Amino acid sequence: MDRLLFLLAAGLARGAVLALFALSLVIVWRAARVVNFAQAAMAAAAVYAAFHATAATGSYWIGLATGLAAGALLGAAVERGLMRRLPAHAPLPGIIVAIGLVMVLQAGLAIAFGPEHRPMHPPFSQRPFVIGGVPLLSPYDLFTLGAAAAVMAALALLFNRTPLGLRLRAAAFAPETARLAGVRVPRMVALGWALSAAAAALAALLLVPTELGLNPHAVDLLFVNAFAVAVIGGLDSPAGALLAGIGTGLLVSLVTGYASASAAPLAVLALMTLVLLVRPGGLLAAKEARTA
Amino acid sequence: MTPSPPRLAVSGLEVAFGGLTALDGVSFDVRPGETVALIGPNGAGKTTAFNAICGLVKPRKGTVHIDGRPAPARTTRLLAAGVARTLQGLGLFDRLTVLDNVRAPLIALRDRDADAKARTVLDDLGLTGLADRPAGALPYPERKRVALARALAPRPRLLLLDEPAGGLGPADIDALAETVDRLDCAVLLVEHHVDFVMRTADRIVVLDFGRVIATGTPDEVRDDPAVEAAYLGVEAAA
Ligand SMILES: Nc1ncnc2c1ncn2[C@@H]1O[C@H](COP(=O)(O)OP(=O)(O)O)[C@@H](O)[C@H]1O
Ligand SMILES: [Mg+2]
Repeated sequence: MDRLLFLLAAGLARGAVLALFALSLVIVWRAARVVNFAQAAMAAAAVYAAFHATAATGSYWIGLATGLAAGALLGAAVERGLMRRLPAHAPLPGIIVAIGLVMVLQAGLAIAFGPEHRPMHPPFSQRPFVIGGVPLLSPYDLFTLGAAAAVMAALALLFNRTPLGLRLRAAAFAPETARLAGVRVPRMVALGWALSAAAAALAALLLVPTELGLNPHAVDLLFVNAFAVAVIGGLDSPAGALLAGIGTGLLVSLVTGYASASAAPLAVLALMTLVLLVRPGGLLAAKEARTA
Repeated sequence: MTPSPPRLAVSGLEVAFGGLTALDGVSFDVRPGETVALIGPNGAGKTTAFNAICGLVKPRKGTVHIDGRPAPARTTRLLAAGVARTLQGLGLFDRLTVLDNVRAPLIALRDRDADAKARTVLDDLGLTGLADRPAGALPYPERKRVALARALAPRPRLLLLDEPAGGLGPADIDALAETVDRLDCAVLLVEHHVDFVMRTADRIVVLDFGRVIATGTPDEVRDDPAVEAAYLGVEAAA
């Protein structure tokens, strides 16, 4: 029972990071109809920016802000410099360019900073609070949960409750109509990429201190799991990403705790297969938009 | 005294898609307050004319003026120039609510009263009860009305309607004709429904194979042999 509580608590923190990264994939998908396979490499680059800002100033928070800004800038730059130039309405070029970008970014990071793992220190202790003899969440876990939840809530408000959000959604759902309605669609798409890449950078920034450390591939596994989460949730659905993220986080934690860490990827794969068999569009997939 | 310029002046418009000439020297005007119908067989170039006016396709030759000024090259600036349009295929934001669909152009124009203005238009078109429903979930006639509401929301000086009566039943067409009659902005519409055109249009421009083959009042156009020939698919007698 104690063990179960501990694993559930750990799964919650892991799930929040997964949900945030999956949400970042959902945001680009909605803005540009591409699965951004370069999201992990872009996030790793942003974390390097954070790492060096922290090293230079000694402040975790300056590093965090630098990482988010670097993520947003990189997202906008990738959209403006690469994705915008691709033919519309064909999914393949976007995927190929994203994969090419992964190779360039990861090789570039390895050349610039070396392939070794650089430890990153969390701003709060990772020693769990012990409640009733059960070690539960650590202060850093709470920070992770709080930061992920706050950013997801802010993004939900931005998209659903603000005029800018309406323009972002209009541009994503029906670009031509949006243009006729006066929405500067390319600007909205670039902004979508920036928001998405910043969210992914935050997820990576929260994750890396709990793992081996920073290297060009430090975010790869997070991407793989988050991609599964986004697909489970419905790829198009922010709420689906949240739900599937928490669910998958709990699942991974339980499987790791009761079976073994190497069984976790299989469990995620099994969950994804199961969900897709029952609901091929994902848990919260929208009905296919009419195109009459 | 110089007369005020027409609301919309299309002059010598030529549009080609590869080897296909979709518009071949098309000229016509729409004056303030006037409703002009653009008619012609399928493929005549009506939608293309709309697209050229909106900057969605680039004409090879010719000009489009709005209130005497060149139409903005950018589609997104068109609304600010007072021109709104519906699309032949509805073009609603299916997943946004009816209210958000209608607010979108107002918000793009940075209108402070977006909410109030949108609700007024919904009221006018009898859509108030549907404001919070996703547009894609509504029956076709209601979606058609949402598309019209969205075009009307920014109070355009020129309204372009592409087949507004298409797919509607007699009762809805009647209501639509009443709405169009009530509008005080200039209207350019493309429509196949003959009664609707006869009832709403002050003037008709007939296109065939990308050329204007007749212009006139509904009565004049109805009696024009070239128009009849075009609609029957017969070569118009030279
Ligand atoms: N984007 C396009 N690319 C190629 N051909 C087009 C395109 N749009 C229209 N056309 C062609 O131009 C001609 C006029 O089309 P359109 O303006 O849609 O006619 P209408 O609206 O009068 O039925 C047709 O032959 C059509 O096939
Ligand atoms: Mg047409």
